[in-house]
Amino acid sequence: MKKVLMAAIAGLAVGFSSVAIADDSYPSKSITYVIPYNPGGESDVTARFQEQFWKDVTGQDVVIQYKPGAGGATAWSQLGGFDADGYTIMNVNFPHAILQPSMKDVGYQTEDVIPAYVFHYTPDAIVVRADSPYQTLQDLIDFAKENPGALTFGGSGTNSANHLAAVRISEMAGIKTTYVPFSGSAPSMAAVLGGQIGAGMTYTTQGVKAGDQVRVLAIATEERVDIFPDVPTFKELGFDYVAGAYRGVTLPKDTPTEVREKLSDIIGQINAIPAFQQQMQENGYVLVDVPSSDMEAWIEERRADYAAGIEILRGN
Amino acid sequence: MLEALLNALSPGNLVLALLGVIAGTMIGALPGLSATMAVAVLVPFTFTMEPSSGLIVLGAIYTGAIYGGAYSAILVNTPGTPAAIATAMDGFPMAKRGDGDLAVTLSCLGSVAGGLVGALALLFLAPPLSKIALAFGPVEYFWLAIFGLSLIATLSRGATLLGLIGGAIGLILSCVGSAVVGGDVRYTFGQTALLGGIPVIPALIGLYCVPVLIDMVIRPEAHLEQRAERMAGFRLIEALGLMWRSKFNVVRSALIGTGVGIIPAAGGSVAGLVAYSEARRSSRNSDDFGKGAHDGIIASEASNSATVGGGFIPTLVLGIPGTPPDAIILGALLVQGIRTGPQLFTQQSDIVFTFTFGLIIATLLMLPTGLVIGRYAYKLIVSIPKTALVPAIAFLTFVGAYAIEANTVHVLIMVVLGILGWLAARVGLEASPIVLGLILGPIAEAGFVQGWLIGGAQGDRLGMFFGRPISLAIIALTILTLVSSGIFKRAKQPKEVA
Repeated sequence: MKKVLMAAIAGLAVGFSSVAIADDSYPSKSITYVIPYNPGGESDVTARFQEQFWKDVTGQDVVIQYKPGAGGATAWSQLGGFDADGYTIMNVNFPHAILQPSMKDVGYQTEDVIPAYVFHYTPDAIVVRADSPYQTLQDLIDFAKENPGALTFGGSGTNSANHLAAVRISEMAGIKTTYVPFSGSAPSMAAVLGGQIGAGMTYTTQGVKAGDQVRVLAIATEERVDIFPDVPTFKELGFDYVAGAYRGVTLPKDTPTEVREKLSDIIGQINAIPAFQQQMQENGYVLVDVPSSDMEAWIEERRADYAAGIEILRGN
Repeated sequence: MLEALLNALSPGNLVLALLGVIAGTMIGALPGLSATMAVAVLVPFTFTMEPSSGLIVLGAIYTGAIYGGAYSAILVNTPGTPAAIATAMDGFPMAKRGDGDLAVTLSCLGSVAGGLVGALALLFLAPPLSKIALAFGPVEYFWLAIFGLSLIATLSRGATLLGLIGGAIGLILSCVGSAVVGGDVRYTFGQTALLGGIPVIPALIGLYCVPVLIDMVIRPEAHLEQRAERMAGFRLIEALGLMWRSKFNVVRSALIGTGVGIIPAAGGSVAGLVAYSEARRSSRNSDDFGKGAHDGIIASEASNSATVGGGFIPTLVLGIPGTPPDAIILGALLVQGIRTGPQLFTQQSDIVFTFTFGLIIATLLMLPTGLVIGRYAYKLIVSIPKTALVPAIAFLTFVGAYAIEANTVHVLIMVVLGILGWLAARVGLEASPIVLGLILGPIAEAGFVQGWLIGGAQGDRLGMFFGRPISLAIIALTILTLVSSGIFKRAKQPKEVA
């Protein structure tokens, strides 16, 4: 400890205010966990789930802070400005962090926000109101085929995961639909429940929240999930489509590798706790484990997966 | 239900409700520290509690913080939360003339009355009332925002043109950043810091508080006039008498607050302003509004506190948060393993009822806490010399603007808007229309574009905007507001002269 202190003082004396010390005891104090969205959404709720187990795993506290704006871009463009010491971590979402920089200048590049760990995804799901005439995905597609452009999909944001999903699914099904962006998942679900839009292009988690007020027509997972045993996957229905919003935890780009790997371990350990897993699954989240060591390959895989959809969005 | 009432009345829960109200009131009283933040900071502490106790604490903090916003509105002309914008309009003039203690007591009584109406609506009518939230589609939000903007005509007290200019400035400010609908990046001048737009709370602090601070420095007289004949008291009997005379105003404002609270995204600021302008329109002394009318404070506070109970209705019944603090509480519910939705009222009704009774108890506890804290807040502001008051408030404004998202850019925005706001006040441009434009602009824009897209998909844009009953009702209200504000009368006058 003394050595560390000396090193810190020496570092300060030389004038490196943000010198990062490879510290075996990371984390040795509380960590600030920045959520780039408003409270109450998926990013916040999953961070809150993690928060409960954080102290058991690390012995330290985590403080959740919100920096909403521009679909996450406000926070991600500021990530580089934090000390690269591992004590400010940030939630990062995909496809958002690949989509946004490839559509507009949003003040950051995907390379600036590479996660230390990707810990779950919320599978895409098409939901309709319980009394909707669409009983199956096929009903929806048939309607859209007969009435090009008349089917409205409501989702959260423009150039977002929901927008990309609407574009990709419409393309696969060979239909023309109208995507209506809302300022978040909650208002888009309100429009589904209120009958203002035809269907919600959203996540399984929203289907769980709305309960029996809605019917989930299809979900974009590899296999059916326990929470919706009767809902078919897109794969079963003949669409090779597994997608959703992947969420990870990221650090400033210059963070030392050891710290990055330690954070990756921490998130991985929380992901392995049965009580955490149960909470996540009951609310519609699907756990994945992409540690820091596999991240490069995973990002490339994501880029390839989104490429065609991004082309269509650019053409719009 | 009785069991839930007894559970809410357990000593532990009572203490939690009291602590929650005290903490909330104090946080809300500081300019910039909003109800949203108070709830967000304290959520983790509720994880270890019983679900119903945790919810009672959060509800109590939320109620307290919405009320606490009234103090800074009355005493420093700075709405601590957007919900208290209308409170400042008459609260500050009252405080200026030496009636700050009465204004604080009135705001407390108004809040308790409004909070009770909202909580009772939640207790007895939540499932049916939640349908109101769903009846509001994009087009209804668009018209609601237009209606809100039309209130500028009422609020600008004769100087309609200046009010409209202020509203337009607010609307332009609201365009800054990346558009929710369409994602276009506007007016950021290449600054990524502006991508997220102009944040409302720093703008509120800047436009309201900074001009007050500048005036305090450049003017020699005391910040608030002090009545020499006696020290600040509660003036409770006097306030109760005023409340009784304004009973229709109280009930109307509380109902407006409950109703607006149910509509997600509208929130306390809209409720306060609508209730305020209704109170003014139906008052026999409407000319007193803006100069320290008791009914103005009562209307604003009764309605913004009623949004608390109202906002919980869509949150708990539909899983759609009515206000930003509701969104955090919804997240906390999920962590506690509580599933919102209609089934919550049938399957886990004990939690809902314990929570609602907790909210009612917290609202009642607000009466003694609010009166006591308010009295000391007033004494403090009146008796501290300006040389100490100005730096203290200035410090708080910086903390408030920074703390929301730990963002130094927000502090800069606050300072710049503050100086501009002070300059604008020199030429008669008030803060309220600008803030109204800033808050309502995004709601109007999103509603319009969404309505346009949906109308286009259905091949009936005209019917989308002008063919829906609720929309038509809001349009009618807007026209009524404009006509009764006398804005058209003024337009005719020059002709007569010519």
